[in-house]
Amino acid sequence: MKILITNGRVMDPRSNTDGRLDVLIEGTKIRGLYPEGGGPEADRVIDASGCIVIPGLVDMHTHLREPGFEYKETIKSGTMAAVKGGFTTVCCMPNTNPVNDTMAVTRFIIEKALKEGCCAVYPIGAITKGLKGEELAELEMLARTGCIAFSDDGRPVTDSLIMRRALEYSKIFNMPVISHCEDLKLSEGGVMNEGFVSTIVGLKGIPNAAEDIMVARDLLLADLTGGRLHIAHVSTEGAVELIRNAKHRGVKVTAETCPHYFTLTDESLVSYDTNFKVNPPVRGVKDVEAVRRGLKDGTIDAIATDHAPHHVDDKNVEFDRAAFGISGLETAFSLGLRLVAEGILDLMQLIRKMTVIPSEIMKINSGVLSEGADADIAVINMHKKYRVDSSAFLSKGRNTPFDRWTLEGVVEKTISRGKVYEWD
Amino acid sequence: MFRSKDLLGIKELTSEEIYHILDTAAGFKDVLRRDIKKVPPLRGKTVANLFFEPSTRTRTSFELAAKRLSADVVNFSVPASSVIKGETLKDTALTIQALGADFVVIRHSSAGVPHFLSRIENISVINAGDGANEHPTQALLDLFTIQSHKGKFRGLTAAIVGDVTHSRVARSDIYALTKLGANVRIICPPTLVPAEIGKLGVEIFDSMEKGLRKVDVIMMLRLQLERQGKGFFPSLEEYFNLYGLTAERLKLAKDDAIVMHPGPMNRGVEIATDVADGPRSVILEQVTNGLAVRMAVLYLLAGVKK
Amino acid sequence: MAYEIIEKNKGVDNLCLVGIQKGGVILAGRLAEQLQSIEDRLIDVGALDITFYRDDLNTKEEQPVVKRTEIPCSINNKTVVLVDDVLFTGRSIRAAMDALIDFGRPAYIQLAVLIDRGHRELPIRPDYVGKNIPTSFNDLIEVSLEEKNGGRDRVVLVTGERG
Repeated sequence: MKILITNGRVMDPRSNTDGRLDVLIEGTKIRGLYPEGGGPEADRVIDASGCIVIPGLVDMHTHLREPGFEYKETIKSGTMAAVKGGFTTVCCMPNTNPVNDTMAVTRFIIEKALKEGCCAVYPIGAITKGLKGEELAELEMLARTGCIAFSDDGRPVTDSLIMRRALEYSKIFNMPVISHCEDLKLSEGGVMNEGFVSTIVGLKGIPNAAEDIMVARDLLLADLTGGRLHIAHVSTEGAVELIRNAKHRGVKVTAETCPHYFTLTDESLVSYDTNFKVNPPVRGVKDVEAVRRGLKDGTIDAIATDHAPHHVDDKNVEFDRAAFGISGLETAFSLGLRLVAEGILDLMQLIRKMTVIPSEIMKINSGVLSEGADADIAVINMHKKYRVDSSAFLSKGRNTPFDRWTLEGVVEKTISRGKVYEWD
Repeated sequence: MFRSKDLLGIKELTSEEIYHILDTAAGFKDVLRRDIKKVPPLRGKTVANLFFEPSTRTRTSFELAAKRLSADVVNFSVPASSVIKGETLKDTALTIQALGADFVVIRHSSAGVPHFLSRIENISVINAGDGANEHPTQALLDLFTIQSHKGKFRGLTAAIVGDVTHSRVARSDIYALTKLGANVRIICPPTLVPAEIGKLGVEIFDSMEKGLRKVDVIMMLRLQLERQGKGFFPSLEEYFNLYGLTAERLKLAKDDAIVMHPGPMNRGVEIATDVADGPRSVILEQVTNGLAVRMAVLYLLAGVKK
Repeated sequence: MAYEIIEKNKGVDNLCLVGIQKGGVILAGRLAEQLQSIEDRLIDVGALDITFYRDDLNTKEEQPVVKRTEIPCSINNKTVVLVDDVLFTGRSIRAAMDALIDFGRPAYIQLAVLIDRGHRELPIRPDYVGKNIPTSFNDLIEVSLEEKNGGRDRVVLVTGERG
């Protein structure tokens, strides 16, 4: 089946392509790029007027919840949400039930994704068995079965010796160790950022130090071992600063942040709306500014979603008891576009941070729009406005703090391995 | 004048609304001195007491207040076991709505629960204490008590002593006193000072000797004994040595300073027995005033169109 | 009106005047003075706030403001003369009677008003009236008294202001 995408602005960060080109897809691959209007005959022509035509987005931090928490999300619903948000590749975290610390679970995820998923799914394997932080998981077996990185995400690796060993051992596979940085003792009982707002609303806070301490520790261990460290969901001024300095020193570290950390501050919590409850928490104004600067100067390499869908019953309770997490796949790119509108990033940089860079960190072949690559493409109408409606989310998780926001950037079509996804 | 059908906190009240509550409470204090201590404005209305945390004094105070206004009272004391069974807050709320309650007085260990319940239409929610957030009727009765002794708030200096960081009473008192122009000090170990509380305009002291000088009002907070062993302070004895209100320390305050406590007191932990029972203590008046203030709150909220 | 009260009650024995907040309090004071000078006897005078007994809690726009209630004598077996400035629908008097009953059991309750403007909604009738002024429902009657407002005593009828 030949599909021609025409009249769109094609942008590919890898090759720095930015122009009006036609894209021809045949089967599951991109056949070629042609000057505008010069594309050959095709079975289907997609008119991408007013749209950008970019590589399908790559989310290096998603929670698909399957196996074990299917009531929150499944691989099927999660990937449906992904393509709706313009993503054609997601990397899923191992905090499932059972934890993805064995070949069996990795295989399950991969096979389920092939059967029911709408896009490419790469599993991230656990660092420690059961995410308990006590013993290394069998990293080689996980790598061999298809895991592309390791993480205990949801939890930190508290034992510094184990983290050291993980960073050392992972060098065999040249895979990143993705760290969720949190000092559990300092954050204990906390449900939002510690600061003036937490004092005013009477909720226990998580201080910046809880994140910064572990970021500092991990950077020192990365320096010591030469392993590839990736810092997940950076949220604080301190973390950004530490990472910046470490990079200057030549430490092999990469970092990501998520849309809520460059968009929201802890002021939003005065309403006690549990949709704002996330870990790490949304922070203060200075932290948000630092995260934005970090994105701008490259300290923060990638934008990931940390898509964490929850069932409504897990959120519609007292704030203290509500689950942490934001369902983010369907709003991520639009929130990224706000950075472009505000001059923090230019459009190509934004796309790069959501396609090529995560792919390079994970060493997967995605995030590229060029001849011979997989036909993973997103067609996005950049200036079309829409109102976020969580009740219409394709994800089972309706937990978003952005409900009823007016955003720009409607994903008109997502092509995943040559299959076109579109919605009315 | 009352803009909201609920009383969620002092934060949400204007100073006009606060003064109005105090004036109305004065009227009810009158009623409480009569032979027939009952008036009919809430006849036929139902007040549901929903206490997720045990509390005899606040609950009975609200119950009596409601009855004195001729309302019917329903008590739900939700034991912790019910929460473990998985009965959700949402379901409890729907049950109350189905019962046709006009008011729900809620006390819960989680901040934000009254706000959650206030989304139910046609019911007035009164916060009787939510986590470490607020306990507005306590602050109102504290204000009433201070007003009855000192007349005005502007220019007064009040010291709040104790575990401020975990105290909803402290927060409500701070909001109330600063809103009405008083100077507020907090006196406690640095481990119990809430983040950035200076931004509310309060002075922070870690010493009773410095903090109590020339104050007009001393408000003692209850030290929850569960806080021991968590690293906030080494022992109860040490806490009393540093922060207990003794007769000697009381002398540092003004000669006509009043001593307040929301109760129940831990005699010998935060307050010495002779001070608690002494001539400057207005602790028992607080209880009487609490009844009048709660009657005022119920009465005024009843008049807000829902 | 003072003479009428004496005549109807054959003297001032067992009499207690109670002014309804807020319009009736000053008037009750004046009436008491009149009675005192005529009969050369001290007359008991009190003030009654009826805010808590009103039936319009949910319909009135403004917040109710509570005034003081002070009844210096026991009212049991007394003749209580309620005093108010303007009698209109009769609901305030109904509330006043309910409030009074909570204080004791008077032998008689009588009603003295300065102005009766008509439009009764309840079966309430005054015993003593200063002046009848027919009004339409939407009019407003304002009573200014020297003690309260300064200046001269005045009754002002403003047409069509209510509602």
